[in-house]
Amino acid sequence: MAAAEREVHIEVRDLTMAFGSNVIQRELSFPVYRGDIFVIMGGSGCGKSTLLKHMLGLLEPAAGEILFSGTSFTRASASARDVMRRSWGITYQSGGLFGAMTLEQNVGLPLQLYTDYTATQIKDVVRYKLSLVGLGGFESYYPAEISGGMNKRAALARAIALDPQILFFDEPSAGLDPISSRLLDDLILQLTESIGATVVMVTHELPSIFAIANNSVYLDASTRTMIGYGDPKQLREQSEEAVVRQFLTRSAAAGEAE
Amino acid sequence: MNQPPAGFELHTDSSPTSATLSLYGSWVDADVVPAFPQLRAQLAAVDADELRLDCTELGDWNTLLMSFLLRCASYCTERGITLNTEALPENARRLLSIATSVPAHNRKEAASLPWWQLRSPSKALRELLDDLRESLAFFGDICIALGALIAGKANTRFADFRTFCYQSGPDAFAIISLTSVLVGMILGYLGAVQLQQFGAGIYVADLVTIGLLREMGPLMTAIVMAGRTGAAYAAQLGTMQANEEIDAVRTLGVSPIEFLVVPRVLALLVTMPLLTIYANLLGIVGGGIVAGGMGISMLQYTSQAGLAVSLAHIGVGLLKSVVFAVLIAIAGCRSGIQSGRNSAGVGRAATEAVVTALVYLIVADASINILFQHLGI
Repeated sequence: MAAAEREVHIEVRDLTMAFGSNVIQRELSFPVYRGDIFVIMGGSGCGKSTLLKHMLGLLEPAAGEILFSGTSFTRASASARDVMRRSWGITYQSGGLFGAMTLEQNVGLPLQLYTDYTATQIKDVVRYKLSLVGLGGFESYYPAEISGGMNKRAALARAIALDPQILFFDEPSAGLDPISSRLLDDLILQLTESIGATVVMVTHELPSIFAIANNSVYLDASTRTMIGYGDPKQLREQSEEAVVRQFLTRSAAAGEAE
Repeated sequence: MNQPPAGFELHTDSSPTSATLSLYGSWVDADVVPAFPQLRAQLAAVDADELRLDCTELGDWNTLLMSFLLRCASYCTERGITLNTEALPENARRLLSIATSVPAHNRKEAASLPWWQLRSPSKALRELLDDLRESLAFFGDICIALGALIAGKANTRFADFRTFCYQSGPDAFAIISLTSVLVGMILGYLGAVQLQQFGAGIYVADLVTIGLLREMGPLMTAIVMAGRTGAAYAAQLGTMQANEEIDAVRTLGVSPIEFLVVPRVLALLVTMPLLTIYANLLGIVGGGIVAGGMGISMLQYTSQAGLAVSLAHIGVGLLKSVVFAVLIAIAGCRSGIQSGRNSAGVGRAATEAVVTALVYLIVADASINILFQHLGI
């Protein structure tokens, strides 16, 4: 599919991220198209998670802006931001489930807050969302009672509770064994295809990247800007930057400053 | 564009073994989407092997339709009916197959008493005794670690000790100053009202001084420190437990008591008596303010207070502050180390630390008073 035909869902425009005078990344500009599975890649410490936090509005850009479906999130008022956030689902690196609540309460919370479903409907929907991630029947468990992989899947169930248009993942497969991580990738792929959501994901798991991503950006730690954009499989073969090819082929020199 | 509201219809087909479920309308609005029990009642009357879905009239749909279908699917599995989903929209069929791919987990519920039923008193007593025994054991562990420290074999870092001293000492000055001046004034008023009736107003100085030195100085300092430092210890150690830091300390071959608890106990042991002396001084000043308001001159008050001070009073107060320091540190550290491994657990540990410390403090204070009463000190 040619890029021109596709609808731009998220656009990062001239974004510069900085903590005080310490610039993390400068002049990032790229679109994410509707239905993309978009990966933010880069070596450790290049600002991947920082970029994700900017997209989520947890950090404010030093310059530039981020647009969702053509509307600037950066310039939106706090209440407008809340409305935009309602069409997002987010899973955090360590799950981010509320430890004092059962899985049912965790997944049911967004439904209680933002829908007019009755208690029975919420119960049924929670059951359905948990079944989607293979956790049907675990409603009464607390996050501490289930394994790390299950926690991640439960967090995914909470993220898709409101049928989001955009799903954000921060290192979804970090800390999982290869099989669980593969299963989680498959799940993300199947679910997002069926729901029709756009996915933005921070990860440096190469198998995940090649298995599910169809678009990506590579952030470089030494030049502090993006040096690659596009389908990771194509970047691996055709990127003009040696660093990007090395990263994607797992060569030793990747990530080191030149 | 106007779609009829959501609904369903169940027909039995010409062949007796299959039935058709027609879904129609827009399954989006929570108010009109039918609930599954309606269908279950109808399905129960039907004796078929196969349930075919018909979606020709189905309009918009969302999660509500999917959760309805999931319940329908699990009901069919229970009854041994085959659910034919061919007619569903592509996405819905795929989602349903993901949702039904893993059979639901069956939790074995632990038998638990309903909340209004009291636990048996004997069990509560046993738990209390266990708790006391564990506290004593913890105190024993600390003593062993202190012994190792004196022998120079303990893995206790001096830098930690210094940090904790600062946190529990100078950092607490502001709040201790405020409470002790006010407590001194309260004691002053309390005495003034009673003593003036006998024309013995000057003895306010004795009451404030002895009251502070023996009782209120150490106790108020301890209560403030239990809330401030005891809870902080529990939260720090609880978070370390949640982050597996305490496991890391253990597997490094280092005793968490020596590495984490001893510096905290020692810090409180050093700062509490000092803070108590500071609180006593400020409390006497607070009492002096009240005495001044009653027409007792500064000179009279100080000389009368000076007469009331004795080594025994100071000694009793300092001894109490040392005992309280150990009790606060034990309550805080033990709750922290035994905390649950999540955010709720850390919160519980901090609460438990303060509650236990307060109970210990009051009981210890009363016991020491009774003891010294009999010893005549």
